[in-house]
Amino acid sequence: MPILTSLVCGFVFGCGLVISGMVQPAKVLGFLDFFAIPSGAWDPSLAVVMAAALAVAGLGYALLGTRPPLFERQSLWPTKKDIDRSLLSGALLFGLGWGLIGLCPGPAIADLSTLSLPVIVFVIAMATGMLAYDLWPYPQTPAAIIAGIAESSPVVDVV
Amino acid sequence: MGNFTPISAAIGGTLIGLSAVLLMALTGRIAGISGIFAGLINPQTTDRAWRASLIVGLIAAPLAAALLGHTVPTPRMPGSYITVVIGGLLVGFGTRLGSGCTSGHGICGIARLSPRSIVATGVFMMAGIIVVALTHHVFGGG
Repeated sequence: MPILTSLVCGFVFGCGLVISGMVQPAKVLGFLDFFAIPSGAWDPSLAVVMAAALAVAGLGYALLGTRPPLFERQSLWPTKKDIDRSLLSGALLFGLGWGLIGLCPGPAIADLSTLSLPVIVFVIAMATGMLAYDLWPYPQTPAAIIAGIAESSPVVDVV
Repeated sequence: MGNFTPISAAIGGTLIGLSAVLLMALTGRIAGISGIFAGLINPQTTDRAWRASLIVGLIAAPLAAALLGHTVPTPRMPGSYITVVIGGLLVGFGTRLGSGCTSGHGICGIARLSPRSIVATGVFMMAGIIVVALTHHVFGGG
């Protein structure tokens, strides 16, 4: 049942992306283009998508409360609480890539259905970026490794 | 606001919110696509089945829409593959480092009023707005 549930949830999520037009990078970039507000070309659709999704998810989560899920033993609510450098720098890097292309992970994966070569290339690059982070030797963070290299590297004369 | 499509946006958003609530109510999981996909491709993951089926569902949605006569147009992407690769790397690495993307932080996280997610969403929105301002208005000439 959890497998079927995930399939249905992915499908419903994808339908939401298709109907709202969020599978179109142009639609996302049209929202991020705040400098188009004066000319009237700004597209606030993404804000409406988020507002509707937040209203439903906020109400739904509140109703669920601490109730355990139907098909699993316990709910896996995120536990991290601190606003640290990883969160901020990660969000910053993600935002730069998002603004550059207009694709975030959900729409990018849904757009694989179009078999468009640039989308496939984007998803492969995205997967590479994810693996680069996830398979980094534990417990060092990339920042710690870079700092370590800087400390241990021999002094080079600058010509 | 010639491109504004409030009704389809509201319907689509409602479905995305519904999907997030269903996934939590039935399987106890957060509908964060970057985390779900990263777990699927990570060789160290042990719970791959539910992740794979969710991703299959996500890709099936536009295909089902096409069967109903609503074909999703080929996404308009930058002409340069270098830009596409840089964007993909930034999105992949950034969502892992920041533990979430538009769905995990922007929807699921804000819906449960997580301060981390509210801050993260503010940061990636601002970064996206700045990049678009630069590429469309400063360097794009228009």
